[in-house]
Amino acid sequence: MTKLPNTTEGMGTEPPATDAFIRGLWRDNPVFVQVLGMCPVLAVSNTAVNALAMGLATTFVLLMSNILVSLLRKVIPKQVRIASYILIIATFVTITDYAIQAISVELHKSLGAFIALIVVNCLILSRAEAFASKNTPGRSVLDALGMGIGFTFALFCLGAVRELLGNGSLFGAALFPAGFQPWIVMILPAGGFFTLALWLLIFNAAKAKTANA
Amino acid sequence: MNAMTQPSKPATPRSGKMLRAMVGIGILCGLLIVLTYEGTLPVIEANRAEALEKAIFQVIPGTEETRTFRWTGDGFAPLTEEQTAEGERIYAGYDGSGQLLGLAIPASGQGYADVISILYGYDPARQMIIGFYVLESKETPGLGDKIEKDEDFLANIASLEVTLNEEGTAVANPIVPVKSGQKTQPWEVDCISGATISSRAIGEMLSVSTVRWVPRVQAHHSDFTNAKN
Repeated sequence: MTKLPNTTEGMGTEPPATDAFIRGLWRDNPVFVQVLGMCPVLAVSNTAVNALAMGLATTFVLLMSNILVSLLRKVIPKQVRIASYILIIATFVTITDYAIQAISVELHKSLGAFIALIVVNCLILSRAEAFASKNTPGRSVLDALGMGIGFTFALFCLGAVRELLGNGSLFGAALFPAGFQPWIVMILPAGGFFTLALWLLIFNAAKAKTANA
Repeated sequence: MNAMTQPSKPATPRSGKMLRAMVGIGILCGLLIVLTYEGTLPVIEANRAEALEKAIFQVIPGTEETRTFRWTGDGFAPLTEEQTAEGERIYAGYDGSGQLLGLAIPASGQGYADVISILYGYDPARQMIIGFYVLESKETPGLGDKIEKDEDFLANIASLEVTLNEEGTAVANPIVPVKSGQKTQPWEVDCISGATISSRAIGEMLSVSTVRWVPRVQAHHSDFTNAKN
């Protein structure tokens, strides 16, 4: 079980602000280390475009909800905090949904129900509860950006591999000769698990090597 | 002797404070949503109109020009782009010489996750459905969304017979969704194994829609050809 990273106001020496940003990118990467938000990670990472779009949408919701939760942290009584966080997160998900529809109907269609499901992405609620509700807006922004970019990076890693092997292309541009037989399994749900396992293997091997060095 | 002391209970804030916090956040969130909705609505509507136009070209192959018609109750009246008259709409597709190629008819029905909206092409000359396009669907990715990707399913809908009875008053054989691999009649929809509810929903919405629209379309066929000439 991965321990959720936490920083609390007024509890000893605070780590430098940049630490909140860097932590999400690598050391506590939400996908490769915390293994959070697996539903969109496995389902929407079948192409690089879908993966990037879902990553950016999640980052936006994470950033905005972290800012608002942090600004209202002294106003929200702790008995109703979870209900308040969900309300705030749902609002920004709805805003994101409208924004994606305004950008491209096709993109909105390909992301399907997963935009609405950002509301229940445990990554966002965990950052609101474990970080934004106990830290200043500035630090919360850095935390959201670090976690959001880390999440987007992980989704892109999966999406690029799956599209490349499952469709022979990257961002829709064919990269293999015409004779290439696509590995259909890679764009099916099983391919998501295979690719995630592969990336976890690489990520953990790289971390172990860094730790031993 | 009990030396342990009872831990002091944290003070519970008055319910008024909780209520104020929740109502305040609710109002703030509501305002944000309404502002975004109002701000993005014109762009979203333009995008949807563009997607609809693309869908018409897709469900009526060979279309070079489209025209919108409104059901008036006793016939179909053409609509210009500026007109926004109320009423159900269907779309006619013409080739370069102005020949009617088919009609694109919107339909919707309850799927597994939510309402599925489609546009299907109907060829009045051959009396058959010639294709369909999913306009809106929230079906499960990898399962329900096979209705848009399964080639066998798409092929069986692209040649679905919808003929009228001898009097021309009703559909002779309404479309019937059947289990995967059990299709024996040209008006049956072979459902997808693994996406049964979604594919059955498509079959059922096509059935309901064709029973309603095909007799009207055939009875007022001249409305579409005269409008073009």
